[in-house]
Amino acid sequence: MSAEVADKTDGAAVPRTRSGREVVYRHSLTIRLSHWLNVLCIAILLMSGLAIFNAHPRLYWGPTGNEGDPAIMSIYYDEQLDGPPVGILQVGSRTFRTTGWLGVSTEADGILAGRAFPHWITLPTNGYLAEGRRWHFFFAWLFVLNGLTYLVYGFIARHFQRDITPTQLDFKRIGRVILDHLTFTRARGEEAKHYNVIQKLTYIVVIFILLPMMIMTGLSMSPGVDSAAPWLPEIFGGRQSARTVHFISASLIVLFVIVHVLEVIISGPINEMRSMITGWFAVRPERTKPDGSNS
Amino acid sequence: MSSNLITRRATLLGLGGSGLILSGCEQAVQIPGFQGMLESAEHLNRSGQRLVLASGQPLAREYQRSEITKNFKANGTVRPQTDIYKRLVVSEFSDYKLTVDGLVEKPIEFTLPELKALPSRTQVTRHDCVEGWSAIGMWKGVPLSTILMTARLKPNARYVVFHCADNLFNPTSDMGLYYESIDLVDAFHPQTIMAYEMNGEALPIPHGAPLRLRVERQLGYKMAKYVLRIEAVESFAGLGLGRGGFWEDQGYEWYAGI
Repeated sequence: MSAEVADKTDGAAVPRTRSGREVVYRHSLTIRLSHWLNVLCIAILLMSGLAIFNAHPRLYWGPTGNEGDPAIMSIYYDEQLDGPPVGILQVGSRTFRTTGWLGVSTEADGILAGRAFPHWITLPTNGYLAEGRRWHFFFAWLFVLNGLTYLVYGFIARHFQRDITPTQLDFKRIGRVILDHLTFTRARGEEAKHYNVIQKLTYIVVIFILLPMMIMTGLSMSPGVDSAAPWLPEIFGGRQSARTVHFISASLIVLFVIVHVLEVIISGPINEMRSMITGWFAVRPERTKPDGSNS
Repeated sequence: MSSNLITRRATLLGLGGSGLILSGCEQAVQIPGFQGMLESAEHLNRSGQRLVLASGQPLAREYQRSEITKNFKANGTVRPQTDIYKRLVVSEFSDYKLTVDGLVEKPIEFTLPELKALPSRTQVTRHDCVEGWSAIGMWKGVPLSTILMTARLKPNARYVVFHCADNLFNPTSDMGLYYESIDLVDAFHPQTIMAYEMNGEALPIPHGAPLRLRVERQLGYKMAKYVLRIEAVESFAGLGLGRGGFWEDQGYEWYAGI
């Protein structure tokens, strides 16, 4: 940390940036490593997952589901007598024309083709199922091992108890925190050293519900696992329901990632990125009131 | 106009992000050993599942007859065009014979009536295709273990190979016919049967008439249709491209329990 200088005012040395902001050690090495491994795993799992989805772009409810059965959601294309085919997204009883994005899109070689998700979001880009599965399973194992390491560490190092569990005070502040989010007001001083209550609740949902749900619904699709644990797919209403929940959970994770990255950008991308790379986070000072005291 | 620009910019950003990952990934697979690393997941899947599955050989879930799928999709080859199969169809499978050979003490042939005279097993199970869909069907057939115990495996037999009459890529060619292989854990599983009936009727041609494999704890592509010959082998390296099956040779996993 070349940017910090010692400050002796409080008796103890408080590291500060050159501009005088207090610097705190926010993310341990284990957290940082597992975070970036997760970024890699989730990106590859998402893109290879879409290649796998493309092999049968229809979602059902119940144990089975096949081309003749009604789909909760499907992506397909309609041939036209005059002109190029039209891409269509069906959700429930509604259909949307999605040519260019879903159902029909241009391949890497510029040719218009019928495929559910476009080539630029699937891994591999040609959408070959066998290769998509290979990427998916390797990174699924990495994701699970990384996640288990993180969970064990999180409990032993008291990361979950200390940083993620909301306190009573957190819940009292929830109204103000919501208002801060709506007005893009960034946390300052003591508050900036901790996750806010919305952040904590979101992390709890993602870490303890969404991510485990991905693994459980993923395993539910395995005929081998299903014979050893027939109760597993039943939790979700059968194998095809589990496949649907897998897709929905993945979509919610994408939503989380989008908001997460937006929040990083709003609250200071350089500081946030530095803290997830080096561990050190610069705290925005409290606003000084006109009378000179801290608010 | 401006919102159009923003959309375009967001699109470009999105494309840029995924493009970066994709081009990175597509370069990574060129690195020697990288494919092998990705494929190592298959070994983890297999040994992980074998750890839970081999002990006690749990059965795949069996469903009620009322749950049978009405329009069970036939996938892959639905009507083989090879000469050998066309002759079988003409004779309505009356001159069909299942050959059992390879590493067995007693190579043997079964006609359909002979197979049907053996003790049978009927099971209503879910068929999961690698593409993602599932369907429930009722299958009746001879447990593979019965056939293998009749022919008596030699001690060095490790895999059971199924040679089929269909050719998906060159429908009329006798070269590159469909084949599959399973190990002895699955071969002797009680639900692993050579099925000659589906949903109470003679196995239809699109589903593999007259005889197909059911190996219920794996995906559909393992369940070879139009089976003519069962061969016990020590290794499947010398068959096809050496990966143990028709789709395996196209890059799919040999172990299809997931």
